[in-house]
Amino acid sequence: MATEEKVYAVVPPTPGSEAYWEGANAGKLLLGHCKSCNKAFYYPRGACPMCLSTDVEMRPAKGTGTIYTYSVMRPAKPVYVIAYVTLDEGVSMMTNIVDCDPASVKIGQKVKVVFKPREDGSKIACFAPA
Amino acid sequence: MSTKGKAYIVGAYEHPTRKAPDKSLAQLHAEVAKGAIDDAGLTKDDIDGYFCAAGDTPGLGGNSFADYMGLRLKHIDTTDTGGSSYLLHVGHAAEAIAAGKCNIALITLAGRPRSEGVQTGTNPRMGNSSQPDLQYEFPYGPATANMYAMCAMRHMHQYGTTSEQLAWVKVAASHHAQYNPHAMLPKVVTVEEVVNSPMVSDPLHRLDCCVISDGGGALIVTKPEIAKTLKRPLVKVIGTGEAIKHQMGGRDLDLTFSAGRWSGKKAFDQAGVKHKDIKYASIYDSFTITVVMQLEDLGFCEVGQGGKFVSDGNLISGVGKLPFNTDGGGLCNNHPGNRGGMTKVIEAVRQLRGEAHPKVQVKNCDLALAHGTGGSLGTRHVGGTVIMERE
Repeated sequence: MATEEKVYAVVPPTPGSEAYWEGANAGKLLLGHCKSCNKAFYYPRGACPMCLSTDVEMRPAKGTGTIYTYSVMRPAKPVYVIAYVTLDEGVSMMTNIVDCDPASVKIGQKVKVVFKPREDGSKIACFAPA
Repeated sequence: MSTKGKAYIVGAYEHPTRKAPDKSLAQLHAEVAKGAIDDAGLTKDDIDGYFCAAGDTPGLGGNSFADYMGLRLKHIDTTDTGGSSYLLHVGHAAEAIAAGKCNIALITLAGRPRSEGVQTGTNPRMGNSSQPDLQYEFPYGPATANMYAMCAMRHMHQYGTTSEQLAWVKVAASHHAQYNPHAMLPKVVTVEEVVNSPMVSDPLHRLDCCVISDGGGALIVTKPEIAKTLKRPLVKVIGTGEAIKHQMGGRDLDLTFSAGRWSGKKAFDQAGVKHKDIKYASIYDSFTITVVMQLEDLGFCEVGQGGKFVSDGNLISGVGKLPFNTDGGGLCNNHPGNRGGMTKVIEAVRQLRGEAHPKVQVKNCDLALAHGTGGSLGTRHVGGTVIMERE
């Protein structure tokens, strides 16, 4: 078990992305959703990457998924596990796997969203074993 | 409009430096430009087209560098796709020449990450916060090494690729680097040494990663009428391709292949040649996994069989079926500016001219391929492929 926890960097939101970070801070993982072609996407953005419709909104994800791939970043202090998680909604996102021994992480493992602190005290979505 | 055979590479130069604390970035660009112009037997004033990548030519991508070098131009193109830029530039130069926009094109790359202390592979680099993906990725610590490591991890999971198979890529590169007096890492290594080197980002070890070096390179591309008046062997561009791969809003995530699947097909279709006829291949080797994936994507072996294909010295000149990166590649020789596309073209030109080191020169090398990707295989990238023929 990692003894020291990573504190996450804050990248300033861009116009339209504030709601994503407000959601994370309130414990909700939000996905982009296109109301025109009715598809979910990640990361959320102002234009649907399938059809370029700007009739888009953010909708909460269930917060559960499966590890598609990962890697343990050994030179980092603290060591962290970067990963892509495929959410049950069918879209994948880059994230970190936390609250477990990095050596125990496996492709195909079921995970659930947890929220970890950023440098300014707000929160960011990470995933822990389900 | 097919540009097949409408352009020749008549000048190629790789800067011998691997660490240049006392040279500016612009000085390095000028030195490689001079080297390639001299190699072609031309003069600076013959250049009327300039191709560079905005990422290694700060100051409105090329404006300042064309000014620094005193270039008088009819055509400028500062396409930047990362390390593959210079492969794309060869194709773009061929198109510009075929369209009559310029006659003699100069392509330059330079960089000095080693002198600047850039921890290229392990340090996540913060970009511009207007880059749309940045806020959703940067906080999680994406560095070059762990992005490619995630590709390797998935490739192993899906296809059974092993660390030992990846190590063979480095072993082959090191066999070539021993003959290159400028190589940063000229020592021959074994599979055991690679897999026993320190783990950087699972499953990639230190010796699965390329070097960080200063330096650069340049090319001169021109039309057939001019190429045939010069005293250099004729290296004809017969096929080029470029393609982008991303994740389509997280719906198309597949880290087991690269855009080379598409750029390679375009280049092969245009060239009208078969894989078995390619005598030499320069394959961008930012990491060992990069080579395995790209060889599959280009069609040199079946999907998922890249690990087996590179094993047992199959990439070693004089030993295997597909000699690759006979300068030692990015893994052992040089990775100027963290951008590997330029040196890939240069070594392919050396091979086609018969000017590679005699110990690694491929016999009767009349057909060669250079390929690379720019950006990250772990997120979004652009592949560029160039097929060249010795006339």
